[in-house]
Amino acid sequence: MLIRLVQRPEPSAGMVYVSPVIAVVLTILTSMVMFALLGVDPVKAVVTFFIEPISSLDGVAELCVKATPLILIGVGLSLGFQANVWNIGAEGQLVIGALAGGGLGLAFFDQSSVFLVPAMLVCGVLGGMAWAAIPAWLKTRFNTNEILTSLMLTYVGLLVLSYLVHGPWKDPEGQNFPESRLFHDSALLPILIDETRLNVGFLLALLVVVAGWVLISRHIIGFQIKVIGMAPMAASFAGFKEKRLIWLTLLISGGCAGLAGVIELSGAIGQIVPTISPGYGFTAIIVAFLGRLHPVGVMFAGLLMALTYLGGDSAQITMNLPNAVTGVFQGMLLFYLLASDVLIKYRLRIGAPKIQREAAQ
Amino acid sequence: MIDWLVPAFLTIVTAATPLVFAALGETVVEKAGVLNLGVEGMMIMGAIAAFATAVSTDSGLLAVLAGAGAGALIALIFGVLTVYLQSNQVATGLALTIFGLGLSALIGHSYVGKTFDGLPKLNIPGISDIPVIGPLLFGHDGLVYFSVLSVGLVAWFLTRTRAGLLIRAVGENHDAAHSIGYSVTLIRMGAILFGGAMAGIGGAYLSVSYTPLWVENMTAGRGWIALALVVFASWKPWRGFFGAYLFGGITIIQLYAQGMGVEVSAQFLSMLPYIATILVLVIISRDSAKARLNAPACLGKNFHASG
Repeated sequence: MLIRLVQRPEPSAGMVYVSPVIAVVLTILTSMVMFALLGVDPVKAVVTFFIEPISSLDGVAELCVKATPLILIGVGLSLGFQANVWNIGAEGQLVIGALAGGGLGLAFFDQSSVFLVPAMLVCGVLGGMAWAAIPAWLKTRFNTNEILTSLMLTYVGLLVLSYLVHGPWKDPEGQNFPESRLFHDSALLPILIDETRLNVGFLLALLVVVAGWVLISRHIIGFQIKVIGMAPMAASFAGFKEKRLIWLTLLISGGCAGLAGVIELSGAIGQIVPTISPGYGFTAIIVAFLGRLHPVGVMFAGLLMALTYLGGDSAQITMNLPNAVTGVFQGMLLFYLLASDVLIKYRLRIGAPKIQREAAQ
Repeated sequence: MIDWLVPAFLTIVTAATPLVFAALGETVVEKAGVLNLGVEGMMIMGAIAAFATAVSTDSGLLAVLAGAGAGALIALIFGVLTVYLQSNQVATGLALTIFGLGLSALIGHSYVGKTFDGLPKLNIPGISDIPVIGPLLFGHDGLVYFSVLSVGLVAWFLTRTRAGLLIRAVGENHDAAHSIGYSVTLIRMGAILFGGAMAGIGGAYLSVSYTPLWVENMTAGRGWIALALVVFASWKPWRGFFGAYLFGGITIIQLYAQGMGVEVSAQFLSMLPYIATILVLVIISRDSAKARLNAPACLGKNFHASG
């Protein structure tokens, strides 16, 4: 039996939406096999992973808290990915944004002000933008590959964080733990539902989804981004300024990542700690693809991926599985998604190709 | 001076060797026109497979083979997706890295804290004991010599053999190679598997020789540095080799600066390899015409035979 790929005359619009569903189903089936191999009852594991974490109000609130950075970063990255600008250093931009905003919070640790939170958010955005501006400048000025530079800067950013919490920003009254002081109450994002960690940050993420949708679907810049990604030659003939779009997409995605970082600090953590993010910047890459590089899709994908973090935690607590399962699960999902995406452009055909017989007749 | 230089050189060698393997493998992959950004994931899989084998069998050779096998196996996923299913190479490579880091952490969970003696060092009685030259040339473990040998072999293979020419042809113009009857898919799959095996050996070197223990994320970005080295070396094996030693040199600045009492935080010194990578990329890419001339023309482009 021979399975062939036959190019569709036009990419299938339906498959764009079916493919993520196929990928999720295949991932769940494969992880059931994986759970069985690890000696765990697969059905119970899937229930623990995907259903238990969101079976309470507290769980749903926590889901939104975890989804907030994923959605924010995912929306930003998806703009760049559409223009073939591969910012994969969002993790570093998140950290620097968090440090910029969190640094302001620390500076005013003993003062109360209604302007503190907005100022921290702005600093977070600017910090993320500044970190993303480096690969943007290097790419537009020196033609340097942004994948490698943005990733290298992630390592640098994480080391800056490590330096600050172990050194100058360490809590002077904190028994030498590598943590900063706690922020003042007025530096914390307002909580939406009492007794949970759900904060205003989630609303900001939804706002960014709407803004991203307007930009990509209703604005000339979104049109230019799409053209430059699909047909770079056409874009240059049309006179779109490629360098400007590189700057723009990197600054937007960096700004979103920085905002995610400061929201994480001021909304969920409340002080600067050595690990601000469990890899949200990298997971958001998967979120962007799973969400079909569309802001609304990214929102759903962000919620789903947030569930894998909660699932990993709950599997660790109740079933004693290492929470690295989350990473395996996320990687597998992206593999299946990329594989299923072949069905957008190609049809599967079974059997050998029909041989042309005109010559014989 | 001499008693300072010898250990310094040995540190350079150990820091450079994993990069040599990974960059060499990726050079062949990219020569075939495939951009596999999953080097980090293949390395870390090689590292855990090698370490697990080393702990359970106590055999260095089996460990290295397991590392190569694990790297090739995970590269196979990348190959099937990009070569047969036409998936985006950049995205698939990223997926490979995310998957590899996760899977290795899952497998490595039960190996944390275990130890292995490390690979045996070459020891020729009389010769290895010669001052300076002995430890410099005759005191390494087998993988170091194997890395030099592989660079020589790959350089010869790519430029002097028919199969090497085919790999380059597929990377420069896959349509032409296909039209004269060569299987682009098979050649690319072969290159991808080779790249995976080499990255796996690089990872194995880290976990059974460099620091013979398992730490989550122990590759610490070396896979990405290897990718940068390939560009830096203009896709030439020997240049990649020297590039890797240059990076090894930067690593030891890190180790020795503190020993010599330089008042800089450890974190700033640890940034050096990453910042150096960026600087090197800037220097090498600034002349865009020249950079394009060296890069394989079909790099990153998928091939689908029409009809």
